[in-house]
Amino acid sequence: MKAVIVGCGRVGAGLADELDRAGWQVLIIDLVSHAFDRLPSSFGGTALRGDGTDEDTLRRAGADGADLFLALTEGDNRNVMAAQLAVEALNAAQTVAKINDPVRAEAYAHLGIATMCRTNLMTTAVLGFLGQAVPERPGIYLPERPHTHAGPAAAALAKTEA
Amino acid sequence: MFVLVVGGGKVGYYLTKELISSGHEVALMEKNAGRAEQIRDEIGSVVIAQDGCEGKHLNEAGANRADIVAAVTGDDEDNLVICQMAKHHFDVRRTIARVNNPKNEALFRHLGVDEIISPTRMILGSIEQDIPVHELLHLAALGVGELEIIEAHLQAGSPAIGKVAMDLEMPKGCSLFGVIRGGTPTPLRGDTVFAEGDKVIAIGRPDCEIELRGQLIGEHVEV
Repeated sequence: MKAVIVGCGRVGAGLADELDRAGWQVLIIDLVSHAFDRLPSSFGGTALRGDGTDEDTLRRAGADGADLFLALTEGDNRNVMAAQLAVEALNAAQTVAKINDPVRAEAYAHLGIATMCRTNLMTTAVLGFLGQAVPERPGIYLPERPHTHAGPAAAALAKTEA
Repeated sequence: MFVLVVGGGKVGYYLTKELISSGHEVALMEKNAGRAEQIRDEIGSVVIAQDGCEGKHLNEAGANRADIVAAVTGDDEDNLVICQMAKHHFDVRRTIARVNNPKNEALFRHLGVDEIISPTRMILGSIEQDIPVHELLHLAALGVGELEIIEAHLQAGSPAIGKVAMDLEMPKGCSLFGVIRGGTPTPLRGDTVFAEGDKVIAIGRPDCEIELRGQLIGEHVEV
């Protein structure tokens, strides 16, 4: 199973390590190479410095056809773009994008991208810890429909890729 | 017409000024408070010092009643998200994005952005016009970019030279419209015979380009 992770922060590095241990083939990408210091020395996957929102970079890195694609950079919009590239151009089977703005997180789930919202996750966790009523806002928004924008433009894109 | 402009850089600033002077209702969102203040001093209260990528702020800025949203920040990913939020969350009829990386054009179009403006592509096109290359030149995009105006410069070795226009097999979705010969433009007729040095003007879909190149430029070794 192939996993691509964009963004080697604590969460990205942690998941890379866990998936690597579980026997996945892991590729992790970050703009700065010292981010890879967060990976344990035992990490057996590939760490690559590059822009995870750039289609050419992703393709060259072998990100095409991943079973799992996680967009976990510090920029909500970069994650949105990387995730949509993964689904639409790189045939990723499953994609999760971290979007900390709850409005955007919900909106993109609507468009067919699974989104993870740290704001909701932490609010819920803290309120729960304090014994307060927890609002019904999920930490992960499930995609509400498949992410497709089929139309004349979709055909054109498919052609340029071929 | 209410236009919501997002991004108060040079493009957003001049765009807003022009729109105001032509009588449109405009709001400009700029997330940098200092920059927003600076523009507000000059063009007044239409400036909103908020991040236009945030759903909440788009809502407050009136995105749901905007006729057009123009995302002109310097970051492609921000412009994509602004347009997608406008389109899908606020039902804005027409979205325009500035794109810096020309490779993002196809993706943005595919993801539903109505109009894509690529300064990089425009400058590139302009430079290509000045350089005598064997390539086809892209003169302009038509409509939402599904068609483009293409110029082919027939040089020695072109398979079209000496042929009659009606004998060329044009790819579907592509038509030849005119010939510029010795600086004089003439409409293309069925009996026009192509000559070396002709500049042939065609309109077609981007995917016709390979075949068009084969017909007018010929095979040659690309460096």
